[in-house]
Amino acid sequence: MHRSPALDMPDVPKGQLPPHIELQRTRVLCNFDAPTHTENVQYSGAYSSMGVDNSLRMDQFCNNFRVEVIRLSEDDMEFDMIGIDPSIANAFRRILIAELPTMAIEKVLIANNTSIVQDEVLAHRLGLIPINADPRLFDDLSENDTPNEKNTIVFNLHVRCERGGPRLTVKSNELKWLPHGSEFPLATENTTSSSTSKPKTYTSFSCSQDSLPEFSDKSIGPKHPDIIIAKLGPGQEIELEAHAVKGMGKTHAKWSPVATAWYRMLPEVVLLQEIEDEKAEELVKKCPVNVFDIEDIAKGKKKATVARPRACTLCRECIRGDDWDKHVAIRRVKNHFIFTIESTGALPPEVLFNEAVKVLEDKCERVITELS
Amino acid sequence: MRFKEESVEEKLDHIKRKQEEMSIHKHFPADPVKQAVDKFPLLPEFLKVRGLVKQHLDSFNYFVKTDIKKIVRANDRIVSSVDPSIYLRFKDVRIGEPSITVDGISEKLNPHTCRLSDMTYAAPILVNIEYITGSHVQKTRVEKNDVVIGRMPIMLRSCCCVLYKKDEAELARLGECPLDPGGYFVVKGTEKVILIQEQLSKNRIIIDTDKKGNINASVTSSTESTKSKTVIVMEKEKIWLQLNQFTSKIPIMIVMKAMGMESDQEVVQMVGRNPRYSALLLPSMEECASHGIYTQQQALEFLERKVKKLPFYNPSLEKEGRGMAILRDTFIANVPVRQNNFRPKCLYVAVMLRRMMDAILNKDAMDDKDYVGNKRLELSGQLISLLFEDLFKTMISEVKKTIDAILAKPSRSSRFDFSQFIVRDSITVGLERTLSTGNWDVKRFRMHRKGMSQVVARLSYIGSLGHMTKISPQFEKSRKVSGPRALQPSQWGMLCPCDTPEGEACGLVKNLALMTHVTTDEEESPLISLCYSLGVEDLELLSGEELHTPNSFLIIFNGLILGKHRRPQRFANALRKLRRAGKIGEFVSVFVNEKQHCVYIASDGGRVCRPVVIADKGKSRIKEHHMKELIDGVRTFDDFLRDGLIEYLDVNEENNALIALYEADAKPETTHIEIEPFTILGVCAGLIPFPHHNQSPRNTYQCAMGKQAMGNIAYNQLCRMDSLLYLLVYPQRPLLTTRTIELVGYDKLGAGQNATVAVMSYSGYDIEDAIVMNKSSLDRGFGRCIVMKKFSAVNQRYENNASDRIVRPLKVGHDAERMQILDDDGLAAPGEIIKPNDIYINKESPIITKGPLISPVGLPDSAYKPSRQTFKGPEGEASVVDRVALCSDKNSNLCIKFLIRHTRRPEVGDKFSSRHGQKGVCGTIIQQEDFPFSERGICPDLIMNPHGFPSRMTVGKMIELLGGKAGVSCGRFHYGSAFGEPSGHADKVETISKTLVKHGFSYSGKDFIYSGITGCPLQAYIFMGPIYYQKLKHMVLDKMHARGSGPRVMLTRQPTEGRARNGGLRVGEMERDCLIAYGASMLIFERLMVSSDPFEVQVCRVCGLLGYYNHKLKIGICSTCKNGDNISTMKLPYACKLLFQELQAMNVVPRLKLTEA
Repeated sequence: MHRSPALDMPDVPKGQLPPHIELQRTRVLCNFDAPTHTENVQYSGAYSSMGVDNSLRMDQFCNNFRVEVIRLSEDDMEFDMIGIDPSIANAFRRILIAELPTMAIEKVLIANNTSIVQDEVLAHRLGLIPINADPRLFDDLSENDTPNEKNTIVFNLHVRCERGGPRLTVKSNELKWLPHGSEFPLATENTTSSSTSKPKTYTSFSCSQDSLPEFSDKSIGPKHPDIIIAKLGPGQEIELEAHAVKGMGKTHAKWSPVATAWYRMLPEVVLLQEIEDEKAEELVKKCPVNVFDIEDIAKGKKKATVARPRACTLCRECIRGDDWDKHVAIRRVKNHFIFTIESTGALPPEVLFNEAVKVLEDKCERVITELS
Repeated sequence: MRFKEESVEEKLDHIKRKQEEMSIHKHFPADPVKQAVDKFPLLPEFLKVRGLVKQHLDSFNYFVKTDIKKIVRANDRIVSSVDPSIYLRFKDVRIGEPSITVDGISEKLNPHTCRLSDMTYAAPILVNIEYITGSHVQKTRVEKNDVVIGRMPIMLRSCCCVLYKKDEAELARLGECPLDPGGYFVVKGTEKVILIQEQLSKNRIIIDTDKKGNINASVTSSTESTKSKTVIVMEKEKIWLQLNQFTSKIPIMIVMKAMGMESDQEVVQMVGRNPRYSALLLPSMEECASHGIYTQQQALEFLERKVKKLPFYNPSLEKEGRGMAILRDTFIANVPVRQNNFRPKCLYVAVMLRRMMDAILNKDAMDDKDYVGNKRLELSGQLISLLFEDLFKTMISEVKKTIDAILAKPSRSSRFDFSQFIVRDSITVGLERTLSTGNWDVKRFRMHRKGMSQVVARLSYIGSLGHMTKISPQFEKSRKVSGPRALQPSQWGMLCPCDTPEGEACGLVKNLALMTHVTTDEEESPLISLCYSLGVEDLELLSGEELHTPNSFLIIFNGLILGKHRRPQRFANALRKLRRAGKIGEFVSVFVNEKQHCVYIASDGGRVCRPVVIADKGKSRIKEHHMKELIDGVRTFDDFLRDGLIEYLDVNEENNALIALYEADAKPETTHIEIEPFTILGVCAGLIPFPHHNQSPRNTYQCAMGKQAMGNIAYNQLCRMDSLLYLLVYPQRPLLTTRTIELVGYDKLGAGQNATVAVMSYSGYDIEDAIVMNKSSLDRGFGRCIVMKKFSAVNQRYENNASDRIVRPLKVGHDAERMQILDDDGLAAPGEIIKPNDIYINKESPIITKGPLISPVGLPDSAYKPSRQTFKGPEGEASVVDRVALCSDKNSNLCIKFLIRHTRRPEVGDKFSSRHGQKGVCGTIIQQEDFPFSERGICPDLIMNPHGFPSRMTVGKMIELLGGKAGVSCGRFHYGSAFGEPSGHADKVETISKTLVKHGFSYSGKDFIYSGITGCPLQAYIFMGPIYYQKLKHMVLDKMHARGSGPRVMLTRQPTEGRARNGGLRVGEMERDCLIAYGASMLIFERLMVSSDPFEVQVCRVCGLLGYYNHKLKIGICSTCKNGDNISTMKLPYACKLLFQELQAMNVVPRLKLTEA
């Protein structure tokens, strides 16, 4: 093979990356054995030898950044976030999972539990029930606070399976909201202050929660009415009070507002060569999610085309086997994120995302103020 | 990583290739189309009929129905030696219904109440008696029915048990779990299982070599009356007899002569006229001649001299010589001597000699002691029958002694009633004691064995099942031999090849396979007469010469030579035909031994056998329509047996069979076909998916670990009061199941959870098999478990009639805080949160407990001292009082049991394991957002390091992951039964991969994963999917321990030892060595003395002995020198001072010489 000294090689045009490096910069190459070029090049001077500035520019970002909502329903949404770095996208994901507050049952006062479900297990199950209450309307309950109408939601659960009757399934709709707060009297001083107007309870509500304007139209309760809490046999009974407070997903998963939130990078399926006739048919058959289509070209010839790259799940069937990786390449676009949020129901997913953005904003501001 | 990938792919390829080969083979046009019948439905049917612990139940039922009657019939008379006309006769015996008699009122028992209230689940032994009553002159015979002579503990689910043949609803009403197999006893509230005991065959000739390399033939005889061991040994070319009753070895020819074989020629004829045999016999004959013994009389006199002298032996008792008696009764006792006819015994000896010489001439003829066919399993029925026989005989002799004492009295005033002297307690107490301690001390049969019964392991459902199939070895564990530990080919299908413990008992303790059955004794006499009518020539009619004629076989029935048959194969076939037709017992085995020219027929108990399908010329007798009938429910397993489609083969008879694994593999000479290959594994190994893809020790490890896994124990687990109970809060059924799992009910009482596992390296906290866990998974209940512990208290009554009392808790005072959880009755209330050092019972005991009787009421408060019981649990953790139970114990004291529950979520250091012997501790717990996630948003529950795979070679785990993933995506449980691919009981990797691809996963199970920390994709595809994980009972909370200062031992003043005593952490010898090597002398000084037991002593510089410090004079004084002039003070370990004093006490004087003082 002829070799030419480096000085004799033609100059790379300035201000533009050669195509293979450009590919490495913007795409994850999903080869059959392992993905390559998965990470982003952050360093601003990474390509300075080629006269390319790799620094992040605000105006550029603003021009390129787009969000396209693909699907939006009551509790899940899918949207594309284009022109952003994976670290930022990941920050949103992490905040959604762990740092958005919700209300969840934290304290369970059990008055009577003769069911076979143990008290701790029952409490744990109650805690995981998503509660349909906007956490933004509540305050945090810190250690020294007394529970009041601003930081606590009280539910009551009292079910009893009659003797001689059939077995009973206790579902989440049995959880009844007590807007006036706890009804259980505080055990310690019940004898001394019984003569006064109200016996002391486990909460000290100054007013009823349903009298507050924000709750007057919408009652608070579990999001789903059909979550099984326990099963009762004849003669068994559960009587308890559950106190829900505000918290964050990083303390316990029950406070996570999402079932899960994740993203995937936009798939890009490229045919490196023309694939025709039988080979095209084979390719179409290979793909379990119908990424490819067949297009008729002249003279009864058929050609494979990439019709639905978004559907690709990266099963890598199309590049499996003899030389197929020479014909097809699967890639991921590094700055295009297909983001999915599955809300547990306290807040709609689009609100959740807005909240996540706010949290990130707060964090940035905090860093800036700390630094200055 | 690379290595792992290769191994997976290699394996996958290999499997694929195999399957391709097979499919090609199947569709080969010239191959006759063999429709394989799926015989799997037979298995559930088999287990329905036989059950998992049928061997125990059968054995106990046999004892209860037959054996006990035999014992009583054999010892049915108590005759007074004073007046022989006064007697008592037991006419019949039976076991009644389980019940207890309290204050004369009989109350029915059920096992669960016995468990809860510490009773023994036992039934009365009822006898019908007839006896003579009256005075000297006037005697009348009286009959009495249903007299109780004692109480017999009843095996659960046996024919005497109330649970016998009850359906699920009835069992639930009795508080019993329908999945519980039974087969154990409830003794004093604890469940006891009698382990299966492995033993060498009784009454069989076994050729072996002893330590010196001499070849010997031994017979361990066991009859109803005697047990003995006879050894004939070849030493220095001469043949000798070894018998315990003789002081030294006896030349065998003398024994023969003593039995009437005076002619040497006849002996040679009986052994065989082949010169090779006579040559071997010649030196023995010369030996005999050298003693000058030629006649029976001389031989008997010789024997008389050799008999061991017994200390209390009275020679006048016997008419004939002792030598003769020993030869008749002890020497090969299993061969009966009728009317002093010693000929059968002579022939037996001849056969033994012949076998020995065969072994000398040809080493192959040696018997293998480890061969399963030479072993017998002793089951609970046999063991209890031994015990009962002993106790019954003891009772009879006791009764005899008492009545003799009464009858011997000159004046008997009251009417004499025999039946009143039957003592009940000795049998009841004896049975109960033996069962609860497990020590079989039966002097009558020279049996002293320990640890025969064990408490049923109730850690997990599978653990208790495995416990019932456990076989305890005959050898001591300390023996460093490999032979008995090795896997025997004859174990195939009978004993599980995987399930054995590690360590000292490895290979000795075994477990039964899934389909194994252990036989019980069968009536011998009809079989013997059947043999004779099938053409067996009686031994009596044969001359010695005819014994070993070629072309005719010896017929040996249960170790007894019946005679000869000229057409052994035809004889065997005839017997087998009769057995298949159901004319003789289904467990009778017929084995033609071509090498020994013998036909062995066995009907004795303790043989292991298993069912196989009979094939005619390679064609299975089970056809499609049979299976259809079975599925439709018109045909049962017993019908298969009755119709001669299936038969039981024991290990010996298997040698006459050619058993094909599958019908497709059958050749024309095939006689049998296996039902299902996975039945070679036992219960514990049956849980492992794809065990045939794993390295074998991994399966063994899993068998041990499956018993420690937490999960559900039984349906009645929350009604039980076990002393320690581990439960999983959310147990699951494995996604990848096996047929065994379904058969034994593990899918209903699982012990683990399906965790989504990512095989990758993460955070470095996953080295050495540690696993990284997802915090959110733990939050949502993964691995959450409940530990329940029993605490009990007894309200004791003392000898002066005073008793403990439980009093109302104090509302004020310094102990009031610790009594908050107490109810007004002084007991902790269920549902209360209890912390360490809380009082759970406010009990007070009387100060005076001895002396004269006092009235228990009206004792003043001052007469009591508090004896409260405080809860000791994990420090800093809150537990809950789950249940409080009150019952009365045997002495009718009030007994209070508290069950205290602690719910735990997994923490760093808790032990987990998959079903492939891959255990690991939780290395770290990481937030979900930091965890990697897949394209579909799946976040693993735990991360396992890939280094766990290459060296362990647990390919089965990888296939489990693939199968689980496919199962989750297509919504069907996948199967992984052992060797199940050809018969469809295990999914093939190829089809699993196809399913994965269909649902958009990679065929290899490897996903494209994003890092949760950076948000970028990982540079490798990650093998990810669900694997069934077990949480093991070892948890850090129970083990962690540290202390600063704390309790010390009184004697040495050193810190105590062990976590339970809050002990110190020892700097041992090796640690000390390290410190010495490092030169950290001050650290050694500190650890070994300052932190341990420093002590100041006064040493006399003159005499070097220890003095003392006089506090009045404030000086040290040497008690030897009687002054305080030369005293120095120094520090030394208290243990050192103690040593000096102990030495002085032994008259050794240690003197200290001080260099500087």
